[in-house]
Amino acid sequence: MSNATMERPLIGVIGFFDEPGALVQATQKVRDAKFRSFDAYTPYPVHGLEAAQGLKRSPLPYVTLVAGITGCSLAFLFQYWTSAVDWPLIVGGKPFNSWPAWVPIMFELTVLFAGLSTVAAMFAFNGLPNIKRKSFDPSLTRDRFALVIEAPATGEEEEGRGAHRKFEEVDASQFLKQAGAGEVRALYAEGWF
Amino acid sequence: MSATSTQLTPEILVTGGKTFADVNNDVSAPLERFPAGRWWAAFAIALTAFAIGALLAANMFMKGLGVLGLNQPNGWGVFIVNFVFWIGIGHAGTLISAILFLFRQKWRTGINRAAEAMTIFAVMTALIFPVIHTGRPWYAAFWLLPYPNQRELWVNFRSPLLWDVFAVSTYFTISAVFWYVGLIPDLATIRDRAKNGIRKFIYTVLSMGWRGSNKNWSHYEMAYMILAGLSTPLVLSVHTIVSFDFAVSNVPGWHTTIFPPYFVAGAIFSGFAMVVTLMVITRELFGLKDYITLNHLEKMNKIIMATGMMVGYAYACEFFIAWYSGSSFERFAFINRAFGPYWWSYWIMATCNVIIPQVFWFRKARRSIPVMFVVSLFVNIGMWFERFVITVTSLHRDFMPSNWRYYVPTWSDWGITLGSFGFFFIFFLLFCRVLPVIAMAEVKSIMPNAQPHGGPGPDSTSHGSHSKESAHV
Repeated sequence: MSNATMERPLIGVIGFFDEPGALVQATQKVRDAKFRSFDAYTPYPVHGLEAAQGLKRSPLPYVTLVAGITGCSLAFLFQYWTSAVDWPLIVGGKPFNSWPAWVPIMFELTVLFAGLSTVAAMFAFNGLPNIKRKSFDPSLTRDRFALVIEAPATGEEEEGRGAHRKFEEVDASQFLKQAGAGEVRALYAEGWF
Repeated sequence: MSATSTQLTPEILVTGGKTFADVNNDVSAPLERFPAGRWWAAFAIALTAFAIGALLAANMFMKGLGVLGLNQPNGWGVFIVNFVFWIGIGHAGTLISAILFLFRQKWRTGINRAAEAMTIFAVMTALIFPVIHTGRPWYAAFWLLPYPNQRELWVNFRSPLLWDVFAVSTYFTISAVFWYVGLIPDLATIRDRAKNGIRKFIYTVLSMGWRGSNKNWSHYEMAYMILAGLSTPLVLSVHTIVSFDFAVSNVPGWHTTIFPPYFVAGAIFSGFAMVVTLMVITRELFGLKDYITLNHLEKMNKIIMATGMMVGYAYACEFFIAWYSGSSFERFAFINRAFGPYWWSYWIMATCNVIIPQVFWFRKARRSIPVMFVVSLFVNIGMWFERFVITVTSLHRDFMPSNWRYYVPTWSDWGITLGSFGFFFIFFLLFCRVLPVIAMAEVKSIMPNAQPHGGPGPDSTSHGSHSKESAHV
């Protein structure tokens, strides 16, 4: 165990909490202590955690807007092109470009493009799918909460002296303990499963 | 300050004093044990029903649509009835997952997963019918989808039947994606519980590497809300466009502007009845009575009664407008519906949809499992007959008496209908065995003490802010 542990790079320090309120308070403290990167892990979305963590509002709605407008325009242009340009055909004595009849399909494609793009963007922002990732602990999808103070990635130099608190395993562990974590341990990178 | 404001008692949504770990254990239990005999029996029945339908459909492909009861003037029959019926069933799932989410109805968390699964399987079942109704389903893509092909012509974008192709396929895609996004955190839970290596691998792939990181939850919750916002107009558009299949034609009894809202209300009505039917069985068989409580079922029964009366209003309104329009064909179509050769189907519809749900005025009936189960079955039957009445009675006597006919479905019609129920239940039974039937992460988030400040717990947010306010004063 210890040999294997030594070879694998340290990715951070994890502290466990039994209660969401304690997690939110600890997250606030870690943020105030200016640790460079950290993240909370919860079995369900906890209210107030985003603010405690200092996360910005997700930019997903912009993706939805652009994709929706694209879907709507494509539906209009395609129907216009097939009905009025490529093969003009009189249907029901109406003009070739009788667009009100195209509204249902314009609406459906707006929703289709917007919905699929939103989900694709959500996956991209979250780095999913990545099945090499596994849970740090099985209890984190059950009933415990965790806070991870992350080590800088291997090869990456710790920059921004002064602005950020330098990551050191002992320091981060003690900080998490003082912030109220019940169990604290070091996290090492793992391979498949 | 606001001394007169009433302090609302938070609603108990999960009974039995469950902990978060209990949620995992209770919901995952059916997935982690070998299916019981009852499940195999139900699965065998579903497979048999599907096999009967599939054989009759194969026979129909070989001999042609003549094996059905269709003939002039009844170009549409039981297949179209089934199509509208199954699409309608699906609507309740989206209503629960999207519209109730936007209205912050927290009780939806107990039932949304199973209801969404029902939506997806119902839409899949519905899609079978227009495709096999073409007689040569292998040409369906050729006829239905606008892609460049050797005919060099395009599909008719002014036809409601084509709008339907886009509406139903979009609805299916978005519902499936919405459902899958909702499943990801729960699949991660199942993954973390898995002991068997193959099982762990499958759920690892399905959960995509979800870890519950809050940075991920932030985007996830935003995506979920946007999907709910997109699904809400989508679900209303789908049955609206299905009703256009009828309303855009000029057949008496179909050519009415009330059709879109009337169809949507009927879809939600029938869908909720199906949800109650399925939930009553599921909570019993899988021991989920603390998650799908009588309170949940009572709320669904209220929706059934409300939408049932909307449908009843539409029946009355149609009659009034037929008389008020002064059109003799319209008047005849409606008198023929209620008192013509198909009078029995009209009165089955009216009894099942308008009269029987009135028992839900009584609290005892709303909270009685046997009563709600029987009523939900009647509503399912009634709503099938509503589509039968609309489709068949308008066509069988249209403008020219020399063209009139009495439509009788054949064994092929009934057998393929039976097969569609088999198809639906095959998927639903498999779903109950391999995926969590309750959204565990969502249920946890609304349990007492799940949120740091109030939420549904005893210390609600309003209370907290109120005391702060008085401190300032």
